[in-house]
Amino acid sequence: MGLLSDPNRRKALTGLLTRLNTPICIVCYLAGIVWFMGLAFEPFTLRTYMSENAMGSTMVEERFSSGERALSLAKEFDPPSACCGLNGMPVEWLVKAMQSRGLEVFTQSFSRKLPFPDENKERYMVRGTNVYGILRAPRAPRTEALVITAPCSPGNTNNQAVALLLALAQYFRNQIYWAKDIIFLVNEHDLIGTQAWLEGYHHTNITGMEYSPLQGRAGSIQAALSLELSSDVITSLDLVLEGLNGQLPNLDLANLFYAFCQKLGVLCTIQGKLQRNDWDTAEGYTHAAQTMMLMVLKQACGRSWGDHGLFLRYHIEAASVRGINSFRHYKTDATTIGRLLEGMVRKLNNLLERLHQSYFFYLLPSLSRFVSIGYYMPAFGLLAVILLLRALDLWVHLGAPALAAVDGVTEPSSPGVLTVLTPVVISHLTGVALYLLPVHLQEMAVEHFPVSETEAVVLTAIAIYTAGLALPHNTQRLLSGEGTEQGWKVLKLTALLYLAVLLGCTALINFSLGFILAVTLVPITASITPHMPKALYAVVMVLLSPAFTILYCVFIYQELIEAPVSVSEGWMLFLSVISQGILDHALYGSLVYPLLALFIYPCWLMFWNILFWN
Amino acid sequence: FRLSSLIGHISTCPSLIGQCCQRHPGSVDEFQEELVIRPLHSGDIYASFQFRTLWDTDFLQEGQKVSHYRLFPKSLGQVLSKFSVRELHISFTQGFWRTMQWGQPFIPSPPGAELWVWFHDTVSDVDGNWKELTNVLSGIFCASLNFIDLTNTVQPSASFKPLGLGNATDHRFLRYATLPREIVCTENLTPWKKLLPCGSKAGLAVLLKSEKLFHSSFHSQAVHIRPVCQDEQCTSKAWELRQTLNVVFDLYTAGQGKKEWSLFKMFSRTLTEACPLATSSKVYVDITDNPELFELSPATPLLSQAVVLGDRRTYSVFDLTRAETFGQLRSLNLLLRWKGDGGEMLRPLLHAERYVAGFGLQTGEIHTVIYNNHPYRAFPVLLMDSVPWYLQLYIHTLTVTSKSRDNKPSYIHYQPAKDRHRPHLLEMLIQLPPHSMTEVTVQFERALLKWTEYTPDPNHGFYVGSSVVSALVPSMVAMNTNFTQDQPLFSSFVPVKEESSYFVRVYTEPLLVNLPTPDFSMPYNVICLTCTVVAVGYGSFYNLLTRTFQVDEPSLPLAKRLANLIRRIRGVPLLT
Repeated sequence: MGLLSDPNRRKALTGLLTRLNTPICIVCYLAGIVWFMGLAFEPFTLRTYMSENAMGSTMVEERFSSGERALSLAKEFDPPSACCGLNGMPVEWLVKAMQSRGLEVFTQSFSRKLPFPDENKERYMVRGTNVYGILRAPRAPRTEALVITAPCSPGNTNNQAVALLLALAQYFRNQIYWAKDIIFLVNEHDLIGTQAWLEGYHHTNITGMEYSPLQGRAGSIQAALSLELSSDVITSLDLVLEGLNGQLPNLDLANLFYAFCQKLGVLCTIQGKLQRNDWDTAEGYTHAAQTMMLMVLKQACGRSWGDHGLFLRYHIEAASVRGINSFRHYKTDATTIGRLLEGMVRKLNNLLERLHQSYFFYLLPSLSRFVSIGYYMPAFGLLAVILLLRALDLWVHLGAPALAAVDGVTEPSSPGVLTVLTPVVISHLTGVALYLLPVHLQEMAVEHFPVSETEAVVLTAIAIYTAGLALPHNTQRLLSGEGTEQGWKVLKLTALLYLAVLLGCTALINFSLGFILAVTLVPITASITPHMPKALYAVVMVLLSPAFTILYCVFIYQELIEAPVSVSEGWMLFLSVISQGILDHALYGSLVYPLLALFIYPCWLMFWNILFWN
Repeated sequence: FRLSSLIGHISTCPSLIGQCCQRHPGSVDEFQEELVIRPLHSGDIYASFQFRTLWDTDFLQEGQKVSHYRLFPKSLGQVLSKFSVRELHISFTQGFWRTMQWGQPFIPSPPGAELWVWFHDTVSDVDGNWKELTNVLSGIFCASLNFIDLTNTVQPSASFKPLGLGNATDHRFLRYATLPREIVCTENLTPWKKLLPCGSKAGLAVLLKSEKLFHSSFHSQAVHIRPVCQDEQCTSKAWELRQTLNVVFDLYTAGQGKKEWSLFKMFSRTLTEACPLATSSKVYVDITDNPELFELSPATPLLSQAVVLGDRRTYSVFDLTRAETFGQLRSLNLLLRWKGDGGEMLRPLLHAERYVAGFGLQTGEIHTVIYNNHPYRAFPVLLMDSVPWYLQLYIHTLTVTSKSRDNKPSYIHYQPAKDRHRPHLLEMLIQLPPHSMTEVTVQFERALLKWTEYTPDPNHGFYVGSSVVSALVPSMVAMNTNFTQDQPLFSSFVPVKEESSYFVRVYTEPLLVNLPTPDFSMPYNVICLTCTVVAVGYGSFYNLLTRTFQVDEPSLPLAKRLANLIRRIRGVPLLT
């Protein structure tokens, strides 16, 4: 600090920073990207380890043996009423099945009208019933519970999971060692059912869901597991962690899954990718990088990638286990999966406190390696510091003429508040329009154009987004004449600091989203001035705008899951991603859409404004 | 008038206590033991032991020191006289009574430990006596009762009235506390068994094997001490010590799914004799549902009818004092074989549950739901809630709704908490409309504790004790108000005043609430980092931002300054 309180040295330092500003920024940007890519390199990552004592040292012996019974149950469940067929869930059958296994059974009906039809899942007016049975732990006072859920929704054959759930319930009921109540939940309409049940359980209503109140409860839920077995033949199990708004469960839950997969010899994957041991080869590194990039992309989009994702808001650690048939010759039978779940539930049952010992912020390049927040944050920090350096540079430049004015050189007076405020306000109004209008104008759009409601919403959003580019950059000239040199500098300074704060806050909550936005937004926002070739830079700016970022992410994601798409397919996917984003916000309270519409897009518009300052 | 009738009912008029007329004349103290077995609808089985010791003496009489003990345990007698206890009720419960599946228990108790004591009105320092008493009891019962202090003790104004002789209503002499976290195990059972005259050597107590009692769904043991009338005329009083133990065996875990119960299967013992010190020793089996639902062997010609909890039940009685009860094998092993298929939920007339609503660690809402399942009768209930101080109740948000309409309580007694000194106490008299669900909600804010106030496992959460619903529930059959006839012990604990209703106490489940908790796993990182950032970073930046800097003129060498001095005098331009 002595360095800064000495005016001479301070001047030297700022001089150095302004003189070398551009090179430093470029170095920082490259270093940030390299740092990030280095995170997937195995020697730089840490091996996962179980932090929770209650789960680590206690040995659990799995004895579940009725996997075959579960399979025959699944067949019984399947044909007559077709569980997950068109008739909806066989509620009565489930109630009876759970009751005969000695559970306290309750049902909850719910209904939800979506803001606009969901074309991916073909639903608009959703009406359903959740069935749940509570296994009361002996001599426990109903203060703690664990949840095992199996979604059962039309079009998705998950009856294997429901049958396994029932078989587990039957087995668990005969055991004496439970210390926490266990809730077996079969929810209809996947996430909507889970949301209704969770809101009912906690007696909240944050998304405008209509549901009947719950009759039976079991205290505070400590952890939840969601089970999805979509095929008869399971070759490997995939663990899904990414939840709503990029929230992740405690890393110990992933460790627990991994430990039991190792113990029982089950092939386990994350992001659908197996682990490789050859980290020192190029393929090995690429594999880890792909796995990590998939996680980053999934986390960044802020939606819940399984039923577990909605539990996280309620401070319930949750993960989804998904059975995958990847046509390998090695098969995992139902008994083994049952044992895996038994082991996990028993260890969770041993918990004395909520899972809190391990990390909540992490990236996983593989199931056995993790990158903690301390390792990945510098990558983002290196990008964010560019914005601050540019802001410092501008600040110095804005301050310098004031000194020169003493020497008698006439300088235009500093710009009025209006010149800066007008673009800020207009950009944000555009953002508000982008947030509100698509859903509210859908009826009007459907009337006037030959499109469906969903298309109407998405196309309105894109139209407003595009219109925003044409709108604001002329207005300040109308108000205060020709834009001054000082004016755009002040505006850019404001915008840079604004963006830095926005990205910083986003990265703290959802690192992936913050990082992806930073990678695309930082280079152009840092370098933009009104003196650049307008046409070229306008194209570059548009290509690096938030909407195009989403488009790129769609393509990269498809490439990473090894299902590359053509441009037109990619475009359709892009449209559906936008509609999903808006739906996720309305249905579950995902914050990515409002963040992009209300903050990131207006902030980007401010830079757009600077490009067209004169 | 509702309140006064309810309170009047719970407190007992002296004329009602006359449960002791069958005693041998001349004996100073006597001992009775009893076991009730009730097959439950769900296929589970409920066994309730009661041991009663009656002693015609007065511990509290001045100038008379009681020193000769026969059947009454000396350890408790000394406690009673030392602390001038008028009435003492203590229960240890592991598990939660499932009213929806099991119906009402004979003697209800909340999960964990519960202690309520009426002191004699001559006691001047009630809090001091209470403190000492809890510590002594903690030693006697090997339990953590010493954790009862002023922060979890309340003085309910209406919910807990004396069950014995005397009609004290001044609740300054009452102390009530629960420890919802208390875990009950063998170390609590052993001292409890030692209070029995026969110990666990003979009589019904031989069945109390801990490895079986704790292989169950529910376990509750209690001690109730109260003064009762010595005879019908109630000329002098006697002390009654009731030791009760309730246990529910689970069909699935203990019965291996077979609907077949026997004494041996439940307790891994059979009965061979009565306690020689007991004047009466009986086993009752509830056969009201016999023979449609189950069959009992061996059959007994002795039947008894009793009205318990608003229901007329028929019992087979096995008198252990008679040799023919044990038959040729010299042992009694009761066998119950279920034929029916239960499992349906019950709809008890009064039922209550409680939960915490909301998410996040700042605020929350406590919901208490009370069901009146009576088809056409409304009745009042007393709801008592004791909430620890670290949940700061917003009492202005208190709402009581029945059938989606506001239900104004006719009596509210609220004592706000004092941080670190006293819990909240909320008592309300609520009229429950027939066939309705009444919801009581109150919002709270979670307090930030000081870092030494957290428990060693702060992420487990903090417990809030059960709330207590006391009510006079309308009875379907006429209750027995006649105390002159011999009654089984289980039906005579709470005195009945009128034929049309009976007293029920329902406990809700305790709550587990998470408070905002610092990350205790890395205190050094946190403390060091924040201190460094605050001290170094903030201080210097504040300094930098608020100070203006100017360039110092470099000071001249001494020779030049001297030269300048001379030049100033001469009026010549100065050197620089």
